[in-house]
Amino acid sequence: MTNHYCDLKNADVILIMGSNAAEHHPIAFKWIMRAKEKGATIIHVDPRYTRTSARCDLHVPLRSGTDIAFLGGMINFILEKNKYFKDYVLSYTNASFIVGEDFNFKDGLFSGYDPKKRKYDKATWVLEKDGNGIPKRDMTLTNPRSVFQMMKKHYSRYTLDKVSSITGVSKENLLKVYEIYASTGVPDKAGTECYALGWTHHTTGSQNIRTMSIIQLLLGNMGIAGGGINALRGEPNVQGSTDHAILYNVLPGYLKMPAASLDTLEAYLHKCTPESKDPQSANYYQNYPKFFVSFLKSYWEEKATKENEFGYSWLPKMEDGKHYSTMHLFDRMYAGSIKGFFAIGADPAVSTPNSNKVRKALQNLDWLVGENIFNNETYEFWRGPGVDPTKNKTECFLLPAAATMEKEGSQSNSGRWVQWKYKAAEAPGDALPVGEIEIKIMAAVKKLYEKEGGPNAEAIVNLKWDYLNKQGHFDVIKVAQRINGVFLEDTVIEDKAKKTKTEFKKGQLVPGFGNLQADGKTAAGNWCISGSYTAEGLNKMASRGKEDPTGLGLFPNWAYAWPVNRRIMYNRASCDINGKPYNPKRNILEWKGDKWVGDVPDGPWPPQADKEKGKYPFIMKQDGLGALFGPGMVEGPFPEHYEPLEGPLAKNPLSSQRMNPAAEIFKSDMDKVANASEKFPYVCTTYSCTEHWCTGALTRWQAWLLEMQPELYVEIGDKLAKEKGIKNGERIKVSSIRGEAPCIAMVTKRFKPFMVEGKEIHQVGMPFNYGWLFPKDSTSDSTNMLTPTVGDANTFCPEYKAFMVNVEKL
Amino acid sequence: MQITRRGFLTMAGAVGGGVALSSLGLNLNPTRAYADELSKMDRIKIAKQVTTICCYCSVGCGLVCSVDKATGKIFNIEGDADHPINEGSLCAKGAGFFDLTEANKHRLTKVLYRKPYGTEWEEKDWDFALSRIARLIKDTRDKGFVKRNDKGEVVNRCESIGHYGSSNIDNEECWLVTAKCRALGMVYIDHQARV
Repeated sequence: MTNHYCDLKNADVILIMGSNAAEHHPIAFKWIMRAKEKGATIIHVDPRYTRTSARCDLHVPLRSGTDIAFLGGMINFILEKNKYFKDYVLSYTNASFIVGEDFNFKDGLFSGYDPKKRKYDKATWVLEKDGNGIPKRDMTLTNPRSVFQMMKKHYSRYTLDKVSSITGVSKENLLKVYEIYASTGVPDKAGTECYALGWTHHTTGSQNIRTMSIIQLLLGNMGIAGGGINALRGEPNVQGSTDHAILYNVLPGYLKMPAASLDTLEAYLHKCTPESKDPQSANYYQNYPKFFVSFLKSYWEEKATKENEFGYSWLPKMEDGKHYSTMHLFDRMYAGSIKGFFAIGADPAVSTPNSNKVRKALQNLDWLVGENIFNNETYEFWRGPGVDPTKNKTECFLLPAAATMEKEGSQSNSGRWVQWKYKAAEAPGDALPVGEIEIKIMAAVKKLYEKEGGPNAEAIVNLKWDYLNKQGHFDVIKVAQRINGVFLEDTVIEDKAKKTKTEFKKGQLVPGFGNLQADGKTAAGNWCISGSYTAEGLNKMASRGKEDPTGLGLFPNWAYAWPVNRRIMYNRASCDINGKPYNPKRNILEWKGDKWVGDVPDGPWPPQADKEKGKYPFIMKQDGLGALFGPGMVEGPFPEHYEPLEGPLAKNPLSSQRMNPAAEIFKSDMDKVANASEKFPYVCTTYSCTEHWCTGALTRWQAWLLEMQPELYVEIGDKLAKEKGIKNGERIKVSSIRGEAPCIAMVTKRFKPFMVEGKEIHQVGMPFNYGWLFPKDSTSDSTNMLTPTVGDANTFCPEYKAFMVNVEKL
Repeated sequence: MQITRRGFLTMAGAVGGGVALSSLGLNLNPTRAYADELSKMDRIKIAKQVTTICCYCSVGCGLVCSVDKATGKIFNIEGDADHPINEGSLCAKGAGFFDLTEANKHRLTKVLYRKPYGTEWEEKDWDFALSRIARLIKDTRDKGFVKRNDKGEVVNRCESIGHYGSSNIDNEECWLVTAKCRALGMVYIDHQARV
C-alpha cells in the first residue's frame, strides 16, 4: 500500500477492483465503510456480485482478465474530457518528457519485439535528453512525441464500444464509473483503489496495477490522504517476507539479485546505481552502494573486507535472463533436477497452479523438509490420491513449529506498519519457532562445512550466525537489531546541509538508513527497516502511542512504518510546488518556512519551486517524477490489453497479439492449454472466503471455521445452471484440459453472463481453500487441479483468475 | 426447552437465580456454560495480558491473549480494543484465534520422519532431524553445485535444492530464511508473495 488501512476513511471515491474486501479483508472494509458514512462513493468492479458489492453504491460486473481494457477506457475518458489534474500532471509526472524517435507501437506490439524469445529489446523505450543529460520537456504537452500525446494516442483506441465489447460491461456502466472516478481529478478530492489477488493473478497482473497507477497520477491521487494504490495483501506478513526477500530475484530491501555477467562488485554497483544529471532529482538510489555493502557486511561481517569485495563473489549469481520462481521451481522438480526441497509454513501442493504436475514433481524428490503448525497435502504427498507410498523414495521430515502467539517478533501489514508481537505461551511438545529451526539447521550445516569443506564453503563457514541466546534458543532481538543495522567501527557522520557532525561508537545501532556507509563501517540486514531501533536501542516497532495529531489516522507513534516511519508514500506530492497542501482540509504535510510539518516527508529538501535546493517528489525514481511512460515493465511502457492464456476468444479484439507477448510459456507434457475451445467453454476464476485462509492449511483444522465452510463448491449463475440442468447443492464435476475437480454446485444470481464480441459468455467461480487431506471425509481436492502453469510476465504470479473449464453433471 | 443466554439472563433476573431455576426442572447446561463464562471473565481480570498480531490477512489486527499466571497457558484470545486498525473487532478467522493454540488437537508437537518407501510417519527427536537434514543438504548441494556457468562466469549456484515459504512467519525469521538460502547458494527461492 502506498497509504495504509486507516487512511481509507479519507477517500471521496473508492474503487474496489480485483478484491472482495468485505469478505477477505473485513476489518479493512470497516475503514471503507467509514468513508462511505462520510459521503464517499464506493464502486465495486468484479465478475461476481459479492458481499462487497452489496455494501457499495455501484456494482459493475466485468469479464475476468479484461481490467486493462476497462481502465484503458478510463484513461481515454480522462484525457478526452480533460478531467486530469493539470498542475499535478505537469509538475509531478513525466507527461512532458519526449519519447525517443525510434519508439513505436503497432498492432499490439511495441518496438523491439523478438517473437522467438518472447522478449523485448528495450533499446528504443527511452526518453530524450538534452546536451547536459537532463530529460527534454514540452510543458505545453502538445509535442506529438511527448509522453502525454503518445499516451493519448495509445488509449484513443480504447473507445466505449470497444471496451464494452471486450469486457462485457455496458457502456452506461462504463461511463458511470469513469465519471465518478474522474471527479477526483481536482485538488480537494481524493480517490483510492483497493486491489488484491484479483489483479495480480493474471498474465497481465503488474500492468493491471500500472494502468491504475497512471490513472492515479493523472488525477493527482498519488501521495495524498485518501489516495494512492492500495494492495490488500492476503498473508499476515507477506509485506515483511517480501521486504526480507524470500524471493529469487531480490535481496533484502529490494536490492537486486546479481546476474552472472556482473562478475565484480564494481560492475554490479555501477549497473544498480542510477545516475541523474537533473539537480532537482534527489535520485535516492544513488545511495545504493551504502545499502548493498551494509547488507553484505550483515552476512559476513569481519570476513567481508574491501579486498574480497565484501564477499560479493560468495553470493549466488542468477543466469542472465533466467527466472527461478515457484512455477520454474516445480517445472524443474518435475523434470527431475531439483532433489531437495524446503516447504515452510506453506502448502504448495494445493496452492500452486496445475496441482497434478506439482504432485508428480514432489514424487521426484530425494528429500523434503516441512516446518509448520499443522500437517498438509505437501508434506503427505507420498500418500496422496493415486500415490503408492511403497514406491516413493522421498525421505520426509515434518518439523513442529510454534504458532504466532508462541513466539516474539515483528510482522508487517500491507500499510508497511512493522508491529511487534510478544510471546504469550510456550509452544506445545517439541515445537520450536521457525526461526530457531532454521538457525539450528544452518548451524549443523555450517559445522559439516567447517569439518569437511566443499564448493564455495566460504559463504557458509564465514556466515555470521550467532542468533541463539545463552539458553540455546532463538534470540529474536539480536536478529531484529542486525536487520536494523549497527556501527562496526567508531564513525563520524557529517550532515553538510545541517552543518552537524554526529559521532557513533562501535556497536551502537544505526538510527536510520541515512547513516549507512559504503566502506564497510556499518552492517544492516535490510536498509528499508533501518531506523526501527533508535541508536540507544529503543524498539520503535513496539510503540503503542495512540496520538493522531492530524485527525487523519496517521498514528505516527503506533508501531514503525517503513521507510523512516513515513505513513503515506510520496507525500510531498500532496502539496503544490511551493509546499502548500492541495487540499488544506486533509493536510498531511506542509512546507512552513524552512521545514516540512506533518507526516515524515519524502526527504528533507524544500519543495521543487526552489530551483536551487528543491527536489521533485518521487525521490526513488531516477528522474524524480511519476512515470506515465514506464519502460521498466517487460511488456511495454504503456499497458495494453491482452487476453488471458486461456480465454473464450480466438482473437484479441484490439490487436493481432492474442495474449501477453512477453509472458513465458511452460512446455512440459503436463502444461496443456485449451483456448477458445468448445470442450471448455466457461471462464473460471478462483477466490477465498471469510472463514478460510489461503489453502485452508490452518483453517481447515479448526472445527468452528470448517463447519461454516465445509467443502469445495463451484458457483454457477442460474441461467447457465438451467441450461445444463444443474441444481443447487448437486454434486458435479468441473474440468479443464489439465484436470478435474468434483464439487458441490452452488447456483446463484450472483454470476450473470457477459456479452463479449456479440457472444454470450458464462463465468463460474471456485474457492481455493480445499485439499484432500482434511477434513477426512472430504471427497474434493484442490481447485488448482484446473489452473494453468503460466504467470504475469514481470512477476510470475500465476493466472488463477481467468482460465477455461467445463461444468457437467456427474 | 431451549434457552439462550440472553433469555436465561432475563429469566434469572425474574426469578432470582440458577438454584431456583433448577427446581423448575430446566436444563442446567446453559447455566453452567454461563457460569463458566463468568469465571472466565474473572480469570481474564487477573490474567497476564499479552498482545499479538493476527496471522491471516495482512490488515494486521491486534489481539490480546489472556494467560493463566499459574499454568502459563493461554485460555482466551480476543481483539485488542487499543489497536488503531481493528479497535477490538475481528473477523470470523480472527475471532477463532484460540483454535490455533495447543488447545487444537491437530497441532504438530513431535518431529516426524518418513523414511524412503515408508507408509507412516515415525516420531523422532531434534538431534536426529537436524543432523540428518544437514547431511542431506550438504550431499545434495555439493553434488549438484554449479561453480561456473557455460560461459565460464563464476556463479556459485546450488540449483538442486528449492525453497518455498513463508509469509506466515515473523520478519526476523524471514530474514534468517533468506540468509540461509543465499549462503547455501540456492536460487530456486520463493514464497506466497507470488501466489
